[in-house]
Amino acid sequence: MSWSHEITGGAAWSAPVRAGRSVTLTALGSDANASVLLYGPDRLDRLNVPDTMKAQMSACIRPPMVLMSDRGLALASVVSSTVDWHDCLAGFGHDSHLERFGPSSYAADGNAWRRSARTGLVSELAKHGLGEADLCAPVNFFSKVGIGDDAGASLSWVAGNATAGDRVVLRTEQDVLLVVSTAPHPLSAGPYAPAGVEVTVAPAAVGEEDDPSRSFRDESARALEMAWRVLA
Amino acid sequence: MTSTLQATVLDTVVEAGDGALIRVPAAGRLRIVDLWGNQAVDTLLYDADDVDNRYSAFDTVREQGGVFLTSGSRLLSNRLDELAVITGDTCGRHDTIGGACSQESNVIRYGEHTRHQHACRETFLRYGAPAGIGQRQLGHNINFFMNVPVTAEGGLVFADGLSAPGKHVELTASRDILVLISNCPQLNNPCNGWDPTAVQLLGWWD
Repeated sequence: MSWSHEITGGAAWSAPVRAGRSVTLTALGSDANASVLLYGPDRLDRLNVPDTMKAQMSACIRPPMVLMSDRGLALASVVSSTVDWHDCLAGFGHDSHLERFGPSSYAADGNAWRRSARTGLVSELAKHGLGEADLCAPVNFFSKVGIGDDAGASLSWVAGNATAGDRVVLRTEQDVLLVVSTAPHPLSAGPYAPAGVEVTVAPAAVGEEDDPSRSFRDESARALEMAWRVLA
Repeated sequence: MTSTLQATVLDTVVEAGDGALIRVPAAGRLRIVDLWGNQAVDTLLYDADDVDNRYSAFDTVREQGGVFLTSGSRLLSNRLDELAVITGDTCGRHDTIGGACSQESNVIRYGEHTRHQHACRETFLRYGAPAGIGQRQLGHNINFFMNVPVTAEGGLVFADGLSAPGKHVELTASRDILVLISNCPQLNNPCNGWDPTAVQLLGWWD
């Protein structure tokens, strides 16, 4: 059985997803951004972006990388992507990143009220008994932040990294809590027009010996092995 | 830039693989000296009044618009509060995207035979516990003196350090803060020059 949910632009959402599911994120407009946090089955173990990067020698997220937890377990594998760069260096947006659009409230703007990624993520976490202390660095799917070759390795948001129809497919390697904000990327420069993102969850085959994420690097294979021990 | 108006209130050595939890009052200065060179000093900062208002590597990187930390870098919390500023740096640059080592990440990176080697997370948890800093409060840290170059193509490498014996970095606290340090025991990559060594902490405040 598969199901889909459309997260409107500028919103936040969360769902538990069992191990062995494909999670497809589809951009519904230009410059969509999905700031994603992942938590393991005990909700204490969580996505660890530095460990994910250093184990796989990458400063961005792309297939067939494995998204790893604090406890050294694979949370999900990146199966495929129509864009070649998903930012993991720039964090999620705060209220201060929306100030340039002026004040906004439910009373004035109704459900088009502008709320930050941080506000939405904390709200979603609270619904699961978690909170601010459980925030961690997200993956900003569909967004690219270019890295300069200057002395400070300057960061700059890249417009046009994703357009409507772009998609990234993840495979859950444990029972996870998926938390998503579709608020604008904090470095985005355009007008306030956050695109929606569709999430589709469907059964997925467990990776075999020749699975690209397993054969990518020894580190990726070991993170998957540790996650499979939990399910064994 | 030692002020003559403030006494040296802290002068201690942190041995290789050991740690420290230091309370630095607002305007106090904490210097970390790389006594022997090429020693990664994994560091977390907390608002002394609320440990959930903690250092955030990726907020710090984004708001300064660059990956490496050096003099002038404002070390921000996950609420975008300024916890401290780097006010002295004779090394040149420092990492904050590489995270800490843990027994678990050592297994991933180097194999099961490293499971019981000492690692930074154990030091963070041991020294953080008296302040209420547990696993949930362990965010992504600073690695003073560590060199993790990134490339325009999205690559990342752990390289030999840029540091040398006697190089130091100095923080000035922007509010009352707790500084949680793990003097990294990692043996499996060049972050400590394959030989973890001691560092010195010096503090000046009223």
